[in-house]
Amino acid sequence: MPTGSTVSSSAVSIDGVWKYYGDYPALRDISFNVDGGSCLALLGRNGAGKTTLLRILGGLSKAARGRVSILGKDARAGSTRQRIGILGHGIGVYEELSAFENLSLFGQLYDLADPRRTATEWLERTGLDRVRDGLVREFSRGMRQRLAIARCFLHRPSLLLLDEPFTALDDRAIQVLQDLLKSAIAEGRTIIMATHQLREALELATDVALINRGKLAYRGARTWEMLEDPGWLYRHYGEA
Amino acid sequence: MRLKIIVTLAVIAGLILAWNLHRIFIQVPDEASQGAIFRIIYFHVPAAITSFTGFYLAMFSGVGYLISKDLRLDSIAASINEVSLAFATITICTGSIWGRIIWGIWWTWDARLTSYFVCLLIYFGYFMLRRAIDDPTTRARLSAVLSIFACVDIVLVWKSIEWFRTQHPGPVLEIRGGGGMAPGMEAPLWWNFLALLMLATALVLIRTRQEGMRREIDALRRHAHAF
Amino acid sequence: MKFLRQTLAVAAKDLRSEIRGKEAVNASVSFALVILLLFSFAFDLEPAEIRDISGGLLWLIFAFAGTLILNRSFARELMNDCLDALLASPVSGAQLFLGKCLANYVLIVIVECISLPVFAIFYNVRLPQRLALLFVVMLLGTWGITVIGTMFSAMTVNLRLRELMLPTLIYPMLIPALIGAIELSRVLITGAPLAESLFWFRVLVAFNVIFTILALALVEIVLVG
Repeated sequence: MPTGSTVSSSAVSIDGVWKYYGDYPALRDISFNVDGGSCLALLGRNGAGKTTLLRILGGLSKAARGRVSILGKDARAGSTRQRIGILGHGIGVYEELSAFENLSLFGQLYDLADPRRTATEWLERTGLDRVRDGLVREFSRGMRQRLAIARCFLHRPSLLLLDEPFTALDDRAIQVLQDLLKSAIAEGRTIIMATHQLREALELATDVALINRGKLAYRGARTWEMLEDPGWLYRHYGEA
Repeated sequence: MRLKIIVTLAVIAGLILAWNLHRIFIQVPDEASQGAIFRIIYFHVPAAITSFTGFYLAMFSGVGYLISKDLRLDSIAASINEVSLAFATITICTGSIWGRIIWGIWWTWDARLTSYFVCLLIYFGYFMLRRAIDDPTTRARLSAVLSIFACVDIVLVWKSIEWFRTQHPGPVLEIRGGGGMAPGMEAPLWWNFLALLMLATALVLIRTRQEGMRREIDALRRHAHAF
Repeated sequence: MKFLRQTLAVAAKDLRSEIRGKEAVNASVSFALVILLLFSFAFDLEPAEIRDISGGLLWLIFAFAGTLILNRSFARELMNDCLDALLASPVSGAQLFLGKCLANYVLIVIVECISLPVFAIFYNVRLPQRLALLFVVMLLGTWGITVIGTMFSAMTVNLRLRELMLPTLIYPMLIPALIGAIELSRVLITGAPLAESLFWFRVLVAFNVIFTILALALVEIVLVG
């Protein structure tokens, strides 16, 4: 696991982050840290600000105020993005390109040593090697999702940002993703997962953060009572 | 406080304009070759200078927004550009009226007319872009960038069109290397410039305030929609 | 080296998916042909007069047809949120912009190389002996269109009405480059002495340099904030 020259011990540290849409604060003074090697479930209702926060962490958007440091560096720095893997709402692969072309494109963008070999490897790992040269627009939904998962993991990121990863996946894709996440956890990589599917998320998670109307409502370790009663957190820390 | 400033500016501007109208129409004699219509220059030139001053001030305000991320600066930039666009329209209209009398045509593709028209189109685009963006933060960002492009482009447009043969009367004022106007004829022009500048400032202040309210309404609406 | 590799990867990706679908290029070439047809109704001119206005006609065709390609440039990234995937990769906004510019540039030049001879045949314009120079003018003018067009394509990508917005925004901006290109093309096609028009080359180069730098400096703000 590459920890490199990280200054702080936290993989991700978020310090007083605000984000506005006009004068409306979508995120209000969010501060928390995520330790390296942990798996954080970022919970909250639709529109609570989970996606906004993930986008800031992934360097897709900027905080209006506050500091975000990832593996000791600024979120938008090129070297930081090199170490982040993002799986968002869209699958982020091109319809007009083949599975192999998609993966080797991203291999080139991440400046991997051998993009073509890496692409082939990941096609095998996600069970897409038989449709290697098929165009994505001919793929079934499940195949696209597996390709998206491969795109997210292909550069061996040390931090994974997943936005509603299990929503809309078919069984096989869920299986692939769960296996990859488990091995990522075993390798000590950090995972932040925004979701409102409590049960799946809490099984994997070591940590929990709950965002409510753009504010951090709860941050702590995942406990057994959460697993037994996933609604517990919302009842105690969600809005009244 | 702001209201007082607006009213004061508008009243002073009005007084100067009234006094100036008196001078322009009663005291200043007809110009030797053009006759009575030449008086339109007292509004044409100050409006033109005001509009350009505005476009550039708005760009700086936009750059200020990009640096500080303070949406008030974006509101100021948008307000200034809007008022400047109005003054640019005044310039084109007065110029066109003058052209009808002196040249016998409403419009000609002369260098300065064309350049001015291009500026108008660019700033129409600015407001079209603003209108199409819903999120105020994105709107502020993109319009600041567009403003920078516009201001750089205006210089190039002006220069490149100037290289074509020009039909527009050459510079009149001394500061632009013109021969200057007869003594007593130039002073009202500068007074008018001052008055229009004050009027523009008052308008900008009003519009900035409206923009501020609009942001507030937008934020309230988002609050309401969020839950 | 790494900078160049990644930039070229973006350009190659755009070219590959465009060549596979040919949507934009087909539309653009057909549009150029349609304009050529319409001109024949708009003007009924003697060959000498045609040569005189051919610079203007050519660049109108190039600018109109080019917009169709520029419109697709960032819109291509909308499906599946590909733009997010690109921005999340270590490629900088400037590299992304440059890569897309290169791809657009190649595509627009291809469309121009198809429409130029068609224009010459339809309107009996003998292409000048200084064809290489005309090509240089084409390359310079097209880069101006490409840089401004790609930048505004990035700005308007998330908007409703972006197909309408792009031409309205970019044509006024392009006036200096278009004037220069039109003048130079006219001089080259009519065979008039070039010496007096040489400064239009400087205008074109200045326009390209200024806006390329400006766009590279500001594109990150446009894409990320």
